[in-house]
Amino acid sequence: MKIAVCIKQVPDTAEVRINRETGTLIREGVPSIINPYDTHAIEAALSIREMLGGTVCAVTMGPPQAEASLREAISLGVDEAFLVTGREFAGADTLATACALSGVIKKIGADLIICGKQAIDGDTAQVGPEVAEFLDIPHVSYVKKIIEVNAESIKVERMMDDGSDIVEAGLPALITVVRELNTPRLPSLKGKMNAKKAEIKKMGAAELGLPPEVVGFNGSPTQVKKIFTPGPRGGRKQLEGPLEEQIDALINELLEKKCL
Amino acid sequence: MSLKIDKTKCMGCGACITVCPYDAIVIEEGVARIGEYCQLCQACLSSCPEGAIMERKEDQAAVPSEDLASWRGVWVFAEQREGRVAPVAFELLGEGRKLASARGTELSAVLFGASRNDAAELVKWGADKVYYCGDDIFRGFADEPNAELLSRLISKHKPEVVLAGATAIGRSFLPRVAARLKTGLTADCTSLDIETDTGNLIQTRPAYGGNIMASILSPRTRPQMATVRPKVMKTGRYETGRHGEIIDIDAAGIKARTRVLETIKATESGVNVNLQEADVIISGGRGLKGKEGFEMLKELARLLNGTVGASRAAVDEGWIPYCHQVGQTGKTVCPKLYIACGISGAVQHLVGMQSSDVIVAINKNPEAPIFSAATYGLVGDLNEVVPLLIKKLRERKGGQ
Ligand SMILES: Cc1cc2nc3c(=O)[nH]c(=O)nc-3n(C[C@H](O)[C@H](O)[C@H](O)COP(=O)(O)OP(=O)(O)OC[C@H]3O[C@@H](n4cnc5c(N)ncnc54)[C@H](O)[C@@H]3O)c2cc1C
Ligand SMILES: Nc1ncnc2c1ncn2[C@@H]1O[C@H](COP(=O)(O)O)[C@@H](O)[C@H]1O
Repeated sequence: MKIAVCIKQVPDTAEVRINRETGTLIREGVPSIINPYDTHAIEAALSIREMLGGTVCAVTMGPPQAEASLREAISLGVDEAFLVTGREFAGADTLATACALSGVIKKIGADLIICGKQAIDGDTAQVGPEVAEFLDIPHVSYVKKIIEVNAESIKVERMMDDGSDIVEAGLPALITVVRELNTPRLPSLKGKMNAKKAEIKKMGAAELGLPPEVVGFNGSPTQVKKIFTPGPRGGRKQLEGPLEEQIDALINELLEKKCL
Repeated sequence: MSLKIDKTKCMGCGACITVCPYDAIVIEEGVARIGEYCQLCQACLSSCPEGAIMERKEDQAAVPSEDLASWRGVWVFAEQREGRVAPVAFELLGEGRKLASARGTELSAVLFGASRNDAAELVKWGADKVYYCGDDIFRGFADEPNAELLSRLISKHKPEVVLAGATAIGRSFLPRVAARLKTGLTADCTSLDIETDTGNLIQTRPAYGGNIMASILSPRTRPQMATVRPKVMKTGRYETGRHGEIIDIDAAGIKARTRVLETIKATESGVNVNLQEADVIISGGRGLKGKEGFEMLKELARLLNGTVGASRAAVDEGWIPYCHQVGQTGKTVCPKLYIACGISGAVQHLVGMQSSDVIVAINKNPEAPIFSAATYGLVGDLNEVVPLLIKKLRERKGGQ
């Protein structure tokens, strides 16, 4: 079984602050981490490998610094790491990202591809399904449990808004995973040693056989026109007085607003 | 596109270096230089006090405007699950009507599965046309048949805008449609607008865990596709006498490579967990101190016909399953009433619930950030407040 995991290096959004005056993100001192969902994707891949044998490759598209995330993946036990990088990939939206990632996956070949549900910087949750479409393979989103997996097929439980579905798909297939799936392991000492000396295979658009107009900014149909900070909410009311009065007041307000 | 520094304006102050997420900018000989790490995120553009950073768009081929103009009309994908059309479809028809009027075009709905009668209902909710396919393949949700049939219809009829709900279903299969048609898709929009002359859809959505909002355009491709968060748009008028056309679509040759073997409905002691559709959500956080706390919230939820949500802290503690989690890594909800009990209001939680109509915060710490998002703040111990609230609500109900 050959498994490819797509991981993205993201700023730890928990640490991102906003400069209220300029409306910009304060990135200073904000650490870069592996997208939290993707750590669950790595864990899923490693545990399948432990069951069925095979190899796990981590793939990322990003600036040269993203190499750090790939080394971290290797420290967790990933066998091989691929970094898709170069000027031509800058400014990629989900479509151009999926195009580049599917390009490298085609090259390395994989029976199962695992992505996180979404990246915490963009929160789009689109790259996984788009990669599946580029590869012309089935996909299942929001996987919260892997029930069965063998050389031919995978059976999973997928989260839906009103419950869940048990879904089966033949391989090759792509799944995107949610946090409930597993608890990611910590790196081992041996893993950390491996990570230091491991070779990270770097690829540009030319090596992937992708023309410049399908990747990066040029291959991106969506463009960010404006970024602004959400305004504060108005109409705020702190209730006061003895608790009983506060609750009466609250119920009256809610009735008035037709919330009850 | 590229970002360039106007060397005559740059003062070398380094403001851009501070905001650059990629460490791509360096100061050389007193002026900034944008290096190879630049990802074109444009964070630096507005940071420059001198306005010395410029966008250069030279390398993007212009699209002939006739090509774009041949795409007309606004489409709404009406999702159904087990034969029931999701309410977000009616909201999208309300919003779609506005966009269609602004552009002087038709509003159409697309319904795969459910019944022909449901298709007729979509007309009453505002659709001029409904593309309907009742094939059995749409019984359980599978991404590929939905993606394939919708892509076929779009290629044939060329709508300029395609909207779907930002639900589990919409967010899973629409990306396949966008990838197939090589067009732009914007996820989880909270507001939409349209430029009447160009027809460019202005799609606004939160990013970076709700820290910022971004307005996104897809100026070079059609259709412009967006998934829209349930409950943020107002439903259109329901008119029993409205007429429209239902066009039957054939699903010949459509295949699914995934099989739904079983569908599990999540209900817990009579409380539904479909947070996205709930009008009332009672959410609990670490302040609840344990599983028992949630029993109290469930009681309140039953009383208000609502459902129960949770902060990540409560989910991580194992007090309640993940499907209840609200926030950046959980669900995004927009109920009429959101009551947060013992939740501090971290930004990752706020982003999932701050568009709720009315927010009530119950927290014993008056400094908790949740109060700044709340419509009504109640400082107190939830173990006193919630039981009293339940008691008072019961009394009122009894007295009615
Ligand atoms: C990448 C990332 C994604 C995340 N995604 C999410 C997400 O999707 N959803 C989410 O919720 N969080 C998310 N978080 C976590 C988030 O940062 C907070 O840690 C979390 O929301 C805190 O939960 P809490 O408010 O329940 O707990 P705490 O922050 O511990 O707050 C508990 C509150 O309860 C109050 N309290 C205690 N006892 C009582 C009492 N008896 N009566 C009244 N009040 C009381 C306290 O004053 C306090 O304000 C994410 C974090 C990261 C890094
Ligand atoms: N640049 C990238 N490199 C590798 N994987 C990515 C990249 N962007 C997104 N992904 C994968 O796609 C998932 C969804 O990302 P997104 O659609 O950006 O929310 C992530 O959890 C990753 O698994």
